[in-house]
Amino acid sequence: MTAPGSLLVEVRDLVKHYPGERSWFGLGAPRAAVRAVDGVSFTIAPGRTLGLVGESGSGKTTVGRTMLRLQEPTSGKVLFEGNDVFGLDAARLRALRRKMQIVFQDPYSSLNPRMTVEETLREPLEIHRLNGAVSALLDEVGLDAAFAKRYPHELSGGQRQRVGIARALSVEPRFIVCDEPVSALDVSVQAQVLNLLADLQAKRRLTYLFIAHDLAVVRHIADDVAVMYLGKIVEHAPAAEIYAQPRHPYTTALLSAVPEPNPRASKQRIVLTGDMPSPAHPPPGCPFHPRCPHPKKSERCRTEPPPLRPITPGHLAACHYAEEPM
Amino acid sequence: MTRPWLLRDRRGAFGVLILIVFVACAIAAPLVTNGEPTVQRDIVATRFVPPLSRDVNGVFHPIGTDRFGRDVWTRLVYGARVSMGVGVLAVLVAVILGVVVGALAGYWRGPLSVALLALTDFALALPRVVLLLLLAALWQPSTLLVVAVLGLTGWMGIARLVHGEVRSLAARPFVEGAVAVGARRLRILARHILPNALTPVIVAAALGVGNAIVLEAGLSYLGLGVQAPTPSWGNMITSGSDTLVNAPWVAIAPGVALVLVVVACTLLGDALRDVLDPNVRG
Repeated sequence: MTAPGSLLVEVRDLVKHYPGERSWFGLGAPRAAVRAVDGVSFTIAPGRTLGLVGESGSGKTTVGRTMLRLQEPTSGKVLFEGNDVFGLDAARLRALRRKMQIVFQDPYSSLNPRMTVEETLREPLEIHRLNGAVSALLDEVGLDAAFAKRYPHELSGGQRQRVGIARALSVEPRFIVCDEPVSALDVSVQAQVLNLLADLQAKRRLTYLFIAHDLAVVRHIADDVAVMYLGKIVEHAPAAEIYAQPRHPYTTALLSAVPEPNPRASKQRIVLTGDMPSPAHPPPGCPFHPRCPHPKKSERCRTEPPPLRPITPGHLAACHYAEEPM
Repeated sequence: MTRPWLLRDRRGAFGVLILIVFVACAIAAPLVTNGEPTVQRDIVATRFVPPLSRDVNGVFHPIGTDRFGRDVWTRLVYGARVSMGVGVLAVLVAVILGVVVGALAGYWRGPLSVALLALTDFALALPRVVLLLLLAALWQPSTLLVVAVLGLTGWMGIARLVHGEVRSLAARPFVEGAVAVGARRLRILARHILPNALTPVIVAAALGVGNAIVLEAGLSYLGLGVQAPTPSWGNMITSGSDTLVNAPWVAIAPGVALVLVVVACTLLGDALRDVLDPNVRG
C-alpha cells in the first residue's frame, strides 16, 4: 500500500524501438529502428491526471500501451505502487492488471462484435472472481440495464465508449490509461464522456493517464500536461501553467491551434510547416528544429539536443531558449 | 432466427432448398426407394428399363434401371448418402486440421508458427489430384480412405485463411482489452479470436463440400474411390458412361444430381459470406 501523497505511477526512461525490417528477404542489413518512444520519464500521484499530448506518431499511445505491457518495452522501468511492471511473471502481471486498465480510442473495434454487452462485462468479473453486477456497472457509466442484451453494432459510438469504460471499471482499478477516449466521437458526445470520466475519477479516486492529440480536450481534465514530440517529452508542467505560459515553441504552436470561441479575440495562429520527421530518422540536435518557428533558432539547435530541464519549479521544457519563450 | 435472414437471400434460399431435398431423400432412403440399391434380380429381363416405365415384373422405375437391372433412383438416393457423406466428412477433417494449424501458427508466433506455415505451403505446392491418385493407388480403395485422403489434402487453404484472420484479430483493441482485464491466452483464442475468425471458414467449408463431392466423383470415376457395388455418384457415372447412347439415364441422373448439389453448395457459401457479417445483420 502506498502512503498518501506518494507516487502511484512512475515511468523511468521508457524506450520502445521497433527494429527495422531487414532488406533482401531478411538477409540484408536491417533498416533504421523506429524510435517510437525515446527515453520518456514522468510520475503521477494518486488521484491526479496527467495529460499526454502529441501529434499522431509522437509515441504517446505507445507509452500508454507499454505501461500496461500490452507491448514489451525496449528498455526503461515502470513502477506501479512500487512494483516493477516489466519484471513481473504472468501470474503477478494478471493480478496487477486488476489495478491498471485502459480505455481505447476506437469504440468500434474495442468491443468484441460477437459478445453482448453483458458478456463483455461479465468476463473480467469471472476472470478475477469478483462479485460485481453488470447492471451496477452499466448504471455507473450512465447506461440503462436494458443495454446488457445488446450487441456492439446496436450501440452508438458514445454508448460503446461507455461500455468500454465500464469494462475498465469492472475490475476496480486504481489507474486507467485513457487512450484518446473521445477522439473518435462527435463533439456533442465528447463532452458527455469527458464529464463521465471526471465524475468517475472523483467517485472512485481514480488516477488517469489521459492521452490526447489536442490541448483543448486535456485542458478540462488534466492536472499536469506533458507534450510529446518524436518520442520525447518536450514540455511538462502543471496544466494552468502550460496554458498560461508555454515554454516550448511546439507547445506554443499547439496552443495557437486551439479554436477560440470568441470571434472578436485577436489571436495569432502559428502554422507549423512540414510534417513531423520520421521517427526512424530523427533530425540531429533538437528534434523540433526543422519546423521550429522560434526567432532565436540557431546553429546550436541543429547540433546540440536540448535536455528536458526545469525552467521554473515544476515546469520542465526541452528548448535551449525556454527562458525566452515566443 | 437463422432461417429467415438466410432465406431472404435468394441464392441462399435456392441452395438451402436443393440441399434440404437431397439430404431429406438421403436420410429417408428406405422410405422413398425400394431399399435395395445393390440387389440384382433377373438381369437379362430387367436391365435398361427406360425411365417412368415398368419392368416385366410390373415394378415401376422412375429413372429406369442400369445394366444389372438395378433401380437407378434407388442407387441415386443411396449414392447421395455416400457422395454427400464423403464430401461433408472430408471437409470436416479439413476444417478441423486447418483451424488447428492456422490458429496455432497465427497466435503463437515463433519457430512453431514458421514450421507450420512452411508445412502448409509445402502441402499446398503438391498437386492434389496427383497425390490423391498416388494414395488411392497405394492402398486398397475404400470409402474411408477417400474421406481421409480428401480431408488430408484439403486443409491448407483453411489453415492460411485462419492464420491470416487470427493474426489480424490478435491486434484488434477488443483483444487487447481482454488481455488488459487479465484473460489468459487460451480464453482469448477461444472466446475472442476464433468466433470472429469462423465466418470465412464456414463459407470456405460450404464451398469445399461441393469441391470434395466432385473430387470423390472423379476418383470413383477412375475406379480409385468408392468401390462397386456400393453406389456413389462417381462410380454410377462410370458404369453409365459405356451405355450413354442406348441408356443415357444411367449416367445423366447422377450427373445432374452432382451438378445440383455442387451448385447449391456454392450458392449457399456465397449467401453465407454476405449474411454472416454481424455488423450487417439487422
